[in-house]
Amino acid sequence: MSKENGAGDPTWLAHVYVTLKTVVNDPQGLAIADGLHTMGYAGVEDVRAGKYLQVRLRAGSAAEAQRLAEEMSDRLLANTVIENYRCIIEPAS
Amino acid sequence: MNFGVIVFPGSNGDHDALHAIGEVLGQPVRAIWHRESSLDGIDCVVVPGGFAYGDYLRAGAIARFSPIMGAVEQFAQAGGPVLGICNGFQVLTEAQLLPGSLLRNAALEFRSQWIDVRVERTDTPFTTDLSVGEVLHLPIAHGEGSYFAAPDELARLEANGQVIFRYCNPQGETTDADNFNGSLNHIAGICNAGRNVVGLMPHPERGAEALLGGDDGLKILRSVLSFAGARV
Repeated sequence: MSKENGAGDPTWLAHVYVTLKTVVNDPQGLAIADGLHTMGYAGVEDVRAGKYLQVRLRAGSAAEAQRLAEEMSDRLLANTVIENYRCIIEPAS
Repeated sequence: MNFGVIVFPGSNGDHDALHAIGEVLGQPVRAIWHRESSLDGIDCVVVPGGFAYGDYLRAGAIARFSPIMGAVEQFAQAGGPVLGICNGFQVLTEAQLLPGSLLRNAALEFRSQWIDVRVERTDTPFTTDLSVGEVLHLPIAHGEGSYFAAPDELARLEANGQVIFRYCNPQGETTDADNFNGSLNHIAGICNAGRNVVGLMPHPERGAEALLGGDDGLKILRSVLSFAGARV
């Protein structure tokens, strides 16, 4: 377990994108794609539904914030049996 | 045999389990609040159905970090019998006590109905009173019960005989029409490699009395008594 307090450290905003792995069937995405086709968007080839989370956290550096966000994703935010994740860090305003 | 039923905020099958074990099976049972950290004196753990923590993020994802789950993991690793029912099955997969995961039903609908499952194996604590090929009539009630495991994991489960129940028709045949939630290989229930942890989407505790529509579920709950008796 890593340092969890970060008192005095700068605040970062982690954008966490969680998506189903390509081998996992996504009935939600299929239903949304059907809806778009019905609306006339004939060019839509595929839709995958996922989750987007914003995590505000204190950390000593962007790299540390990145590491923490990925650790959180591995342990809770994503289920790596079925999902992939991507974390993008920026300074919180 | 002392049973413990784990209670999370949002559990709703806990009282069904307490009733089926305490009143129908006639065994000592107590509710264990998720904030507790000990399973002292418990011989069999039931993780019940419901919507622990509102199923926020993913079904079972947050419940898995409740204080009691550390004790459940130790209990399971020591070989103690653990039964995960519906949401309890989801919690056990999130806790990695069982492989794979439960996805949104293929039809995107919550399904509440009576279904049939075929018994594939009897060498777990919860299937000793059953026969291979036997068909059990049980209720289900879930929106996220579509069993998934990566291809290599699925092959390993099948090779190791860890698939315990499959959705089937009343004759025991696994037709596509009976795989109502889209589970891979019709999987309704599995066990871990050690065979002491079993998870299933159907509700044996809600199908334990003829008055309530069927008592096949009682055979699952009663099996653990036979299993324990045989080990003494």
